[in-house]
Amino acid sequence: MATSRSEAGPIRYDLAVIGAGPAGLAAADAAAALGLRVALLDAGARLGGQYYRHPAPELGAARPEKLHHGWRTFDRLRERLAAAPLVDHLPEHHVWAAERGEHWTLHATRGPERADRATVTARGLLLATGAYERQLPFPGWTLPGVVTAGGAQAMLKSGLVLPGRRIVVAGSGPLLLAVASSLAAAGARVPAIVEATGYLGYGRGLPVLAGNPAKLAEGAEHAARLLRHGVRLRRRAAVVEAHGTDRITAVTVARLDARWKPVPGSGRRIACDALAIGHGLVPQIDLAVELGAATVTTADGTAALRVDAQQRTSVPGLWAAGETCGVGGADLALAEGVLAAHSVAGKPAPARELTVRRRRRGFAALMAAAHAPGPDWTGWVTDDTDVCRCEEVPARAVREAVTELGAADARTVKLLTRAGMGWCQGRMCGPAVACLSGGPLGGPDSRPLSCPVPLAQLAEPDEPFVQ
Amino acid sequence: MDPLDLVGAEPGPARTILFDGRPVPALPGQTLAAALWADGVLAWRTTRTGGRPRGAFCGIGQCFDCLATVNGRPNQRLCLLPAEHGDAVTTQEGHGHGDLAV
Ligand SMILES: Cc1cc2nc3c(=O)[nH]c(=O)nc-3n(C[C@H](O)[C@@H](O)[C@H](O)COP(=O)(O)OP(=O)(O)OC[C@H]3O[C@@H](n4cnc5c(N)ncnc54)[C@H](O)[C@@H]3O)c2cc1C
Ligand code: FES
Repeated sequence: MATSRSEAGPIRYDLAVIGAGPAGLAAADAAAALGLRVALLDAGARLGGQYYRHPAPELGAARPEKLHHGWRTFDRLRERLAAAPLVDHLPEHHVWAAERGEHWTLHATRGPERADRATVTARGLLLATGAYERQLPFPGWTLPGVVTAGGAQAMLKSGLVLPGRRIVVAGSGPLLLAVASSLAAAGARVPAIVEATGYLGYGRGLPVLAGNPAKLAEGAEHAARLLRHGVRLRRRAAVVEAHGTDRITAVTVARLDARWKPVPGSGRRIACDALAIGHGLVPQIDLAVELGAATVTTADGTAALRVDAQQRTSVPGLWAAGETCGVGGADLALAEGVLAAHSVAGKPAPARELTVRRRRRGFAALMAAAHAPGPDWTGWVTDDTDVCRCEEVPARAVREAVTELGAADARTVKLLTRAGMGWCQGRMCGPAVACLSGGPLGGPDSRPLSCPVPLAQLAEPDEPFVQ
Repeated sequence: MDPLDLVGAEPGPARTILFDGRPVPALPGQTLAAALWADGVLAWRTTRTGGRPRGAFCGIGQCFDCLATVNGRPNQRLCLLPAEHGDAVTTQEGHGHGDLAV
């Protein structure tokens, strides 16, 4: 594999893969093995995506596997890709638009300067852009020391740092266990994991659970480590406030009823110097949504790309794999990457990956249903809580837009309040604004540019797409 | 136990960055945000409207909360920028300057 900076100008590939996480890595590896010429683009500097995020080589980590399940799988993939002449790795290429014509043209930014734009052309396109975390705001969530659960994990895995010494982990979903387990192993005290659901939903899916022994083993391993570190799991509870003036010093945890409404008088304070919080993951699909790809709503209320048995989206020539097709974890992403590569190459699907996909999709659906936010979670959002972190829009403004100005959907609320119009393009507040506007958790967001692009790169005059 | 022990890390000698003029060590391979966290610093920006302190939130380049001025250039995401020797990070107030170009 060559690590290229695409200076040579446009090269035509058989397949461009956006995202070098488990799905994209497996796809690039399988596609090259089937004889396809592949461009593997990623916004980040190193291969691995979220699951295989790892320290920079300069940190000299002798045992990176201590922070990972399945490190050997990654090592093998990485080695094979390094030796694959058919794969060009294009690191630090953030793709902001994909254009369809006779072939695909991808526009990427590599930095702030005018010259930092790159264009890649390919016959087939695979979207393996993963997911981002869903946040449900609460009073105090903008205090320094409040970080996303996945963010705490990512900073630990890549930079070997912690946001504090006493870290409450809260929100909902299986990621919380993985995060708490890593934080504790790395020396943090985790006074509690606060999970909003009761995990009762899992009970209804016993046959699905039985078909996924590896998932259960991973869960059991986390559980054992958490037990060893004395971490308590509080179920049916939520952090309803973070306290502190310039940084977090404590949280209030309250019990939730079945609809996620905080039970009055049940609040208890827990001292901490950091909080890692998240409510599941949202597929990162804007590039495909802009192309008009069809989506489905998953059991936990997020929009994912609709794909057929061959991982093909509704847009000809566009495949998707991994979290973009609905959040389901790294093993599923690996399997779907392989399946997509076979489809692109016109080869029959391998049986092993078909089985993994069937089992893991079942497991994913079960988890999504079990961890779907209850309808009354907005009960903990006080009027003063900033819902939109970027534009500092308080819940009061959103509520007034609905009750007094008659806004009937999230789009109108956005236009009236600027909630969701800041730099993160509504990734942090989108689900919250949707709920406070009285709608469902969220349909597919529209983002014409999937990341902020320097003006000088957008305005290149000799390019047809700006006209 | 600390994160470096856990993975048996043996980084080269630390570099020095400056945070609002104060020297802060940064291990080779760490981002500016990671170096500041390791030093106990969690905030390096104040917001435009409320003047509230902010630092890293998502850790992966998506939330834009971790903006600061680096070597005179405002609006840099510290969770993405590798720490280089001598980098000067200054707390950014509001926009940093009028130009919002990335
Ligand atoms: C912050 C975070 C931390 C997580 N940590 C864990 C964990 O510790 N354990 C666990 O089991 N699961 C974790 N997950 C869940 C994660 O989604 C995994 O299930 C797995 O990494 C998914 O694989 P994937 O290949 O679908 O996507 P990812 O691994 O997310 O890979 C997607 C890749 O696409 C790149 N990308 C996205 N958009 C663009 C673009 N426009 N241009 C160029 N590149 C782009 C990203 O940089 C990323 O490298 C985490 C998720 C998040 C968001
Ligand atoms: S912490 Fe979110 S962009 Fe840097």
